[in-house]
Amino acid sequence: MSQSPAPSGPWAEAGLAAALLAIDPPGTGGAVLRAPHGPVRDHWLALLRGLLPEGSPWRRIPVHATEARLIGGLDLAATLRAGRPVAEAGLLAESHGGIAVLAMAERHGATTIGCLAAALDRHEVVLERDGLARRLPARLGVVALDEGATPEEAVAAALSDRLAFVLDLTALGMRDIHPLPWDAAAVAAARTRLPHTALPAAGLQALCAVALELGVMPVRASLLAARVARAAAALAGRDAAADEDVATAVRLVLVPRATRLPVPETDEAPAQPEPDDSLPQTPPDEPREEGVPRDDEAMAERMIAAARAAIPDGLLALLQPAARRGPRGERGRAGARQASPRHGRPAGTRAAAPGGGARLNVVETLRAAAPWQRLRWQGAMAARPGRVQVRPEDFRVTRFQDRRETTTVFVVDASGSSALHRLAEAKGAVELLLADCYVRRDQVALVAFRGRSAELLLPPTRSLVRARRSLAGLPGGGGTPLAAGIDAAGQLATQLQRRGSTPVLVLLTDGKANVAADGAPGREQARSDALAAARQVRAAGFAALLLDTSPQPQAAARELAEAMGARYLALPHADAAAVSSAVKAAQAL
Amino acid sequence: MTARSTPTRRPAASRSAPFPFPFSAIVGQDELKLALLIAAVDPTVGGVLVLGDRGTGKSTAVRALAALLPRMRAVTGCPYRCDPARTAGLCEACAPDAAPRSALVDVPVVDLPLGATEDRVVGALDLERALSQGVKAFDPGLLAQAHRGFLYIDEVNLLEDHLVDLLLDVAASGENVVEREGLSVRHPARFVLVGSGNPEEGELRPQLLDRFGLCLEIRTPTELAVRIEVVKRRDAYEHDPEAFVAAWRRQDERLRRQIVAGRERLAAVTVSDAMLEQAARLCMALGTDGLRGELTLMRTSRALAALEGAGAVETGHLRRMAAASLRHRLRRNPLDDTGSTTRVERAVAEVLGE
Repeated sequence: MSQSPAPSGPWAEAGLAAALLAIDPPGTGGAVLRAPHGPVRDHWLALLRGLLPEGSPWRRIPVHATEARLIGGLDLAATLRAGRPVAEAGLLAESHGGIAVLAMAERHGATTIGCLAAALDRHEVVLERDGLARRLPARLGVVALDEGATPEEAVAAALSDRLAFVLDLTALGMRDIHPLPWDAAAVAAARTRLPHTALPAAGLQALCAVALELGVMPVRASLLAARVARAAAALAGRDAAADEDVATAVRLVLVPRATRLPVPETDEAPAQPEPDDSLPQTPPDEPREEGVPRDDEAMAERMIAAARAAIPDGLLALLQPAARRGPRGERGRAGARQASPRHGRPAGTRAAAPGGGARLNVVETLRAAAPWQRLRWQGAMAARPGRVQVRPEDFRVTRFQDRRETTTVFVVDASGSSALHRLAEAKGAVELLLADCYVRRDQVALVAFRGRSAELLLPPTRSLVRARRSLAGLPGGGGTPLAAGIDAAGQLATQLQRRGSTPVLVLLTDGKANVAADGAPGREQARSDALAAARQVRAAGFAALLLDTSPQPQAAARELAEAMGARYLALPHADAAAVSSAVKAAQAL
Repeated sequence: MTARSTPTRRPAASRSAPFPFPFSAIVGQDELKLALLIAAVDPTVGGVLVLGDRGTGKSTAVRALAALLPRMRAVTGCPYRCDPARTAGLCEACAPDAAPRSALVDVPVVDLPLGATEDRVVGALDLERALSQGVKAFDPGLLAQAHRGFLYIDEVNLLEDHLVDLLLDVAASGENVVEREGLSVRHPARFVLVGSGNPEEGELRPQLLDRFGLCLEIRTPTELAVRIEVVKRRDAYEHDPEAFVAAWRRQDERLRRQIVAGRERLAAVTVSDAMLEQAARLCMALGTDGLRGELTLMRTSRALAALEGAGAVETGHLRRMAAASLRHRLRRNPLDDTGSTTRVERAVAEVLGE
């Protein structure tokens, strides 16, 4: 970095993140890499791998990785061979000193995320399984590959909070890739320098101030930013983090997590417009004097200005919904369960022969066989002592307690026509249903449509608090894009079904569509589009209920219900109990 | 001596970090720290449930507690670390021994890791000895390790329901009964259950909430000065753990003496009828079910009084412990938006006065 001018552009930023990550994988935690599967992502991964010390472990954690594979357990083959319990290291312990790449990170369940989070926090894997108790070191970095197609489909916050870098390479193509000045030797030198690199108090305070200003609430983000600032200083060959190192940390760690824009200082902002372009790089001659900590507040302000400049215009649009919805990706994924009766929640074991779909529980079988080994060796089958002898009566199979989880998707018409009549009542009805869902431990999701489009206000969650909050904040008014609403709900239901949950759609509308699927106004087109969307829901076979919210029951709404294959219920005639029992009936379908 | 009466003795779970983050260096989170100290003074207050945002130092505080607790006397060689001063509630091996040899040991703070299987939690047949020697021996689980100490479950809402039920059952009865694989073992398992979780990631069952003695709600600090201090201390700790721990040793030592003094004073703290009546009136005003709320409020207030060197429970103690002891016992009205903390505070103002 010393002789060549500092490279700029999104690929250089991503490359810089790779270099900083390679300097200190356990300290920075790793990166969330949002990019579709493709050469750009492969290039970045190759770049990172090339910057790590030779022979560093590099493990891939697939979506189907079981808890046992992740944290380790009893190595059955070796146990049988040796005649004593042999532990097998899991993927996390195998990644010690290197990187674990989490494939399709947005689709991993809460358990995998929890195991990763625990390993990142404690730098070790604690194994208490299958009669084994071990502690294995696991100082690793995690690269979470996020292939989510929509902003709603994101890496669980419990993991992304612990990874310093959040990179978005979605917009990059092969032509954006160019050689970067960091090589493995430079990174290795920085790695040795890192323990002796200081972060002045002013820099630390600036990072905290910027985080607060950008609405990055987890304190962990500031801590990660502090480590990144140190790594940046080490990479540049400095003993202490200078302004530009702190600015690097702000750009790479804090800005991508921003939930709001920093408020411009009334007198500062016009006086201090960022020279012109994107990056808050200080001129190359300045760092010498920057090494001396100046007034702390002044530094915080400079960093906030830098952060403001680093936020691209397009991000503004992304920020607002994120801020309204609360922390992004914070969803109750704990409930996603497999649909197959053989993949439910394990509920102990029982003695039975495997077959007919029952899965042999090897450990319990072995344990059942174990105490009898001495006796069996003395018997007729003592051909090869030292081998575990398992007999049919030892077989244990895992019992699964299957609970197909229901997710009730509320689709609320918040358009002007509905709002006029009965949005408040519709909200009341939804609240009653929420209470029911809470009792049954169902998940709920909320889709609202108004104006020109539909929006997923609340991804599937079990949190009643969040459901109520997002419902209370639901504004009314605008056109009725009924088709878009039904479409969005149908898509969500398909997603839910893929995850093994049973979706139930509850549509609250007056059926008076006036915005077509493409967002254009026009009653006729809107109506036929809505009916088409409804027929798709019927074809997919989702259980549905339509609550007519208009003052008088409408033929339009009834027709729509028929097209959807939904039960129809007119709200004016429905009291709370009737609504509740209708939903229950729909869920029982 | 039969094989089954000699349980395998596992080395107690070694502490992960040689220098855990000092308890007294935790910035803010006063309610959480106080609740843990109260549980240390009087383990019978029941478990502690910590609900709150991610990254607020929940786990740090619980793990720091391990280093803070004064060491305790335990029977030498007993896998359950029985208390030599006790005559009842000892394990089978210790019961007949009149004057056992004893030694000072660390109070266990056992972390229940994610992915722990039931056999390791309750204990099971010792696989190693069964495989290699053909001996049927009991291998004590995490419940045995946590006896006389704390059992910590991070992300309690991610734990399988049947494990949570089991833990609550043992925590309430103080005894672990194992009936599996032809083994029939019972051993004492009295511990303080500490659970943490984030309600935004899935709510806990109401039955489960009620089983915890204290329930705390903690939030991410929003003042800049506090946040700077959090990052600064963490940064200093990571840079040189040994020096950092040394710098806070005196404060930790002071807290440790406070715990010891509180324990000694606990039995002598008096609770007047007037206080009992106030507690009962408060619980009635809030409509908490059963007596558990009242009982917990009384115990926590007494422990608070003992911890702070007071001779008797006063209204001030009740007032301070009311929210943590009662907020999770209110009957849930899904349509009432008022937070339970606010409801408790309102009732406290009404019943106990300002």
